Amino acid sequence: MDISTQTTDAPPPTPEPDVARLKSNSRGATRPGDRIFLGLSRGSGILLLVVMAAIAVFLTYRASLAISKDHGNFLTTFEWNTNLTPPSFGIAVLAFGTIVSSIIAMALAVPVAVAIALFLTHYAPRKLSGPIAYVIDLLAAVPSIVYGLWGALILVPHMQGLYGWLNDYLGWTGIFSWDGGAPRAMLTVGILLAIMILPIITNVSREVFRQVPRMHEEAALALGATRWEVVRMAVLPFGRSGVISASMLGLGRALGETMAVATVLSPSYDIQASLLDPGGGTFAQNIASKFGEATEQGRDALIASGLVLFVITLLVNGAARAIIARRKEYSGANA
Amino acid sequence: MAKRIDVSGLTAYYGSHKAIEDISMTVEPRSVTAFIGPSGCGKSTFLRTLNRMHEVTPGGRVEGKVLLDDEDLYGTGVDPVSVRREVGMVFQRPNPFPTMSIFENVAAGLRLNGSYKKSELSDIVEKSLKGANLWNEVKDRLNKPGSGLSGGQQQRLCIARAIAVEPKVLLMDEPCSALDPISTLAIEDLIGELKERFTIVIVTHNMQQAARVSDRTAFFNLSAVGQPGRLIEIDDTERIFSNPSVQATEDYISGRFG
Repeated sequence: MDISTQTTDAPPPTPEPDVARLKSNSRGATRPGDRIFLGLSRGSGILLLVVMAAIAVFLTYRASLAISKDHGNFLTTFEWNTNLTPPSFGIAVLAFGTIVSSIIAMALAVPVAVAIALFLTHYAPRKLSGPIAYVIDLLAAVPSIVYGLWGALILVPHMQGLYGWLNDYLGWTGIFSWDGGAPRAMLTVGILLAIMILPIITNVSREVFRQVPRMHEEAALALGATRWEVVRMAVLPFGRSGVISASMLGLGRALGETMAVATVLSPSYDIQASLLDPGGGTFAQNIASKFGEATEQGRDALIASGLVLFVITLLVNGAARAIIARRKEYSGANA
Repeated sequence: MAKRIDVSGLTAYYGSHKAIEDISMTVEPRSVTAFIGPSGCGKSTFLRTLNRMHEVTPGGRVEGKVLLDDEDLYGTGVDPVSVRREVGMVFQRPNPFPTMSIFENVAAGLRLNGSYKKSELSDIVEKSLKGANLWNEVKDRLNKPGSGLSGGQQQRLCIARAIAVEPKVLLMDEPCSALDPISTLAIEDLIGELKERFTIVIVTHNMQQAARVSDRTAFFNLSAVGQPGRLIEIDDTERIFSNPSVQATEDYISGRFG
């Protein structure tokens, strides 16, 4: 109605069409585009929850079948004999191997990835940072079986020197002692995993560091900060939560990596005190090696181990979220 | 303490583009000098040459001399980092570090310059916050994030951060343009107090502000878009606003510009 009164010079149009148009505008939420988008996004969200719930139900059900028949203690037994009657199997070795190899991978990959990301965003000339970023993207696209083959054929033989050196200087600690066997041990697995998770952590960190507002860097510069001090004062704190998220993506891959570990590790059902002695195993590697020839009962047992991996992953992600949330009011997003 | 700035024949470039040309002026210690002029005339660029922030921009390059008392900021072997510790800067948009508390924001520059005892640090932080007229508003929440303050408080926090390291000169690049009138008044009062300790140079688009806070005013202009900005005249503020010696200044001030 207002619209028609404003245009007094023009011949007065019939009021009905105007009113009708305003009415249809006021019900914006019911436009087909909005309705379709709302449905799609809500549907995707619900689908994700349904899939997660279905996985959890499937794992829990099949796991409970196996665990109820397990003769040993599922959490502490050091063997995996699913064909005995009654069967005896436990995930102690697998949990240890999975966690240790992932810790090694994270300890090696996160500092290097953050350093590469900082170099690309704050030090490298633009001509250089483009190609380097491209190569890192390529690393992420290499299939894990290729990493596994490279690890078994190239990395393992070349680890002899490092193993010997570690044994000479750090052997007294126990965790770096080596008896001269093939280096198909946790340290090699950890190094291979570190190379595999490097690209994802680097890429996400690089994105985060690139988003640091120019004005924060200038604030630090104007206080008389050197380039490294700018990074320490403005860039790293701003990117902290993003780097944690990036590391979680990498950790998720390290915890669940299957083929590369199975190709490199020489597995056994005991825990090696030294990272350089072959043996041990991981959840994913154990499932991959055993699934093909497992009986129905054996498969249920493997699924039970998968459930434990699922729970570990949830716990780690929860912990990471808690760390980020604890300093939420200091987040760079408040800028 | 406060130092004199003596600029002679200063020209600044962005890559091959000449942004300002042949600027010479003297800024007396313990005074406020305001830079006014239309957008794009190079006043901010010139301000940023005074603490060597201009060269941080890719392609940024400077010719000419800037003497701080008798020391040439662009002399061979002069470290831009140490220049910026002598010449502090406050920016257009308040930019406290979002990841730091109020206390840590003020202490940030001190931590760069060396190690202080905890009590020394608290004393300097308190003194700086008092100097920025912010102490009473934040003394009970020094450990809260600086990003929780209002825009005007954030800008005073940035001033406290800049003066905590006891610079000789304080540069302000349109420090009130993102603030409401009451916060602006608070900053202007503060400038009046700070000039007893520091040499202050302020860029402003607000001519009343220049008239209110400054002792000397410099008018910058450019002959056409794409041409380098030049200093048209610098004189006592009273004279610039009542009886400037160049017609262009009078046209700009009286709004007959362009």
